[in-house]
Amino acid sequence: MTNPVIRVENLGKRYRIVTPEKRQVSMRDAAFSLVASPFAYLRRTLREPTEEEILWALRDVSFEVEQGEVLGIIGRNGAGKSTLLKILSRITDPTEGRAILNGRVGALLEVGTGFHPELTGRENIYLSASILGMNRREITRKIDEIIDFAGIEKFIDTPVKRYSSGMNVRLGFSVAAHLEPEILIIDEVLAVGDIAFQFKCIDKMEAITREGRTVLFVSHSMSTISRMCNRVILLDKGRIAKDDITQRVVPEYLTASYKVTSLREWDDLDEAPGDATVRLRRVRVCDENGNTVSSIDIRCPVGVEVVYDVLQPGHTLVPNLHFFNEESVRVFTVLDARSEWRHKLREVGRYVTTAWIPGNLLSESSMFVSVAISEYYPMVIHLMEREVVAFQVIDSLHEDSARGDYRGPLLGAVRPIVKWTTRALSD
Amino acid sequence: MASSTIEKQPIATSKSVERKESKSKPEVIIIQPVHGWSALRLGELWQYRDLLYFLVWRDLKGRYRQTAFGPLWIVAQPLFSMVLYTIIFGMIAKLPSDGRPYAIFSYSGLLPWSFLNDCLGSGLNSLLGGSALFSKVYFPRLLIPLSRLISQLIDFFISFFFLIVLMVIYNVQPTWGIVFLPVLLLLMAILGVGIGLWFSGFIVRFRDFGNIMGYFMRAWMYASPVVYASSVVPPQWQTLYHLNPMTPVIEAFRWGTLGSPAPPLWSIGLAFLIAIPIFVGGLYKFKRDERNIVDVI
Repeated sequence: MTNPVIRVENLGKRYRIVTPEKRQVSMRDAAFSLVASPFAYLRRTLREPTEEEILWALRDVSFEVEQGEVLGIIGRNGAGKSTLLKILSRITDPTEGRAILNGRVGALLEVGTGFHPELTGRENIYLSASILGMNRREITRKIDEIIDFAGIEKFIDTPVKRYSSGMNVRLGFSVAAHLEPEILIIDEVLAVGDIAFQFKCIDKMEAITREGRTVLFVSHSMSTISRMCNRVILLDKGRIAKDDITQRVVPEYLTASYKVTSLREWDDLDEAPGDATVRLRRVRVCDENGNTVSSIDIRCPVGVEVVYDVLQPGHTLVPNLHFFNEESVRVFTVLDARSEWRHKLREVGRYVTTAWIPGNLLSESSMFVSVAISEYYPMVIHLMEREVVAFQVIDSLHEDSARGDYRGPLLGAVRPIVKWTTRALSD
Repeated sequence: MASSTIEKQPIATSKSVERKESKSKPEVIIIQPVHGWSALRLGELWQYRDLLYFLVWRDLKGRYRQTAFGPLWIVAQPLFSMVLYTIIFGMIAKLPSDGRPYAIFSYSGLLPWSFLNDCLGSGLNSLLGGSALFSKVYFPRLLIPLSRLISQLIDFFISFFFLIVLMVIYNVQPTWGIVFLPVLLLLMAILGVGIGLWFSGFIVRFRDFGNIMGYFMRAWMYASPVVYASSVVPPQWQTLYHLNPMTPVIEAFRWGTLGSPAPPLWSIGLAFLIAIPIFVGGLYKFKRDERNIVDVI
């Protein structure tokens, strides 16, 4: 029988929120409220909360985590991720339900917990590490490793108040990364600092997850989640919306958070985007076999199929697509400028145009596609619909992708396979 | 609102498995809500003794870094009060001082009084001051008032050393009563920290309560024999006067150091009878308030 490392049963947390007060309109009302407000404050604080003041940040949350599992937790702001982490790391208590944790818990919710500005880097390592749960012997054993990882040997005996914010973060992360609890709870904010150090952080976190430790990982970055976690819990309004393997949950998260799916249809012509000339009817993301998909392997081509009705004859129409990644970076724009349809005057009727984006081009990310249909000379934009569909590019770490046998993070909006040549010049 | 308790118990595994996994024994943590009062779990404090050490160390080291006089500041405050009170009460008002030089008389009253005051502050501000840490990491919250108490004790002994210097200057001999100093310190610690802990949760919700506490402490100081000898209180009021637990404490402190008359034994006993329930109640009250403090801040 396998014994789950973490068992959470019907966990719930109730908060009390302050309802907005009426604004004071007249001077007299304002003066009155100034006098009355301490009493109102007392009354509000001491009495039992009313219905509208109650907020369930977490409700009926149940799940189990097995030894060595790396569980991702995703959800929009306010979905209850932080509350869940806070309860599991014993910072705050649940209102109902319970959680059973088999093993020592280490929670990394902040970089540099407990740092004192007047103390030196070395002294703060001892302090922060002991607050995070290491004992003196462990710290002494690991201190060289921690200093080395942070890369600030020169300043280790300088008070941390003289550190740049980047150095502070390096030291803080380094302490956190060297904890060795059986259960590790990580918040994504840990990956901070300059790009090179972020890289190191994510690398280290991935190394931790490969050590067979049980990890709960909260992140907004779908690519980090996709790479690190085999299973993901999606929280929505304090409840578990989905608990499944990563490939199934991440696309659903995109749907829930951005209201964008891989298929959009407009049944009613009058409400469809467009003008008197052309109207958009359907947009979908598909794979090579023509199946509608919400995620695609980084190596495979992906099609964006646009179905539209031409209502007036005699126009040359150029469908164009705009690709944005999850950081809102415009990755590229493409337009149908080279096909035989570029200069053809369209008849009235329904058309299907598909753009095929080659494999090994996009980087792992959520991709949002905006669709437009334009006409040039004279320039007319018949329709421009933002973020019509979305899909997830998933890096399954295959060696025939651009990464080869490298398994660490690869930053950048695109990830093409490029040709490399090397010649030895020595002889 | 519900509060909860966390239970820890050793997991039932064979010893060989236990050793393989790690040197520290695996533990089971159960997180669940519990209503009302909960156990203090003082044993957990021992598990976290290394952290206690570092918290005290941070307190002491952080406080006097980058100060020219360092720990001398600990002495400066009672010393300044001593000079002030010597001028106002000793030279102008001419308050009685049991026939001792007024300077050393007032210093020997200010010393225990400021220790009590600091202990009370340690308890009172423990939840407010520790909130930054509480919201980021779990550890037994009692470590915060405990670590502050330990650094207050260290401060006390530094000030006490200066009293010895004064005693040498004024050629004052201590009496055998000085052996009770640890008892007095214990009494003041549990009384001060106890009162502080009672209100530590309250002050988080109502910050202005700190001001009220300040006025209270000032009144209490003048109700205790800090700047005057208790002999000025008329005989018919002496019993009532000794109901104040700080009266016998300061009297006993002066008895040990300056050779002033000893307080009646019953009043010390009574002081303990008052302080112990306040302290134990304060611990439980703190434990109760601490549970959901992160949500209030």
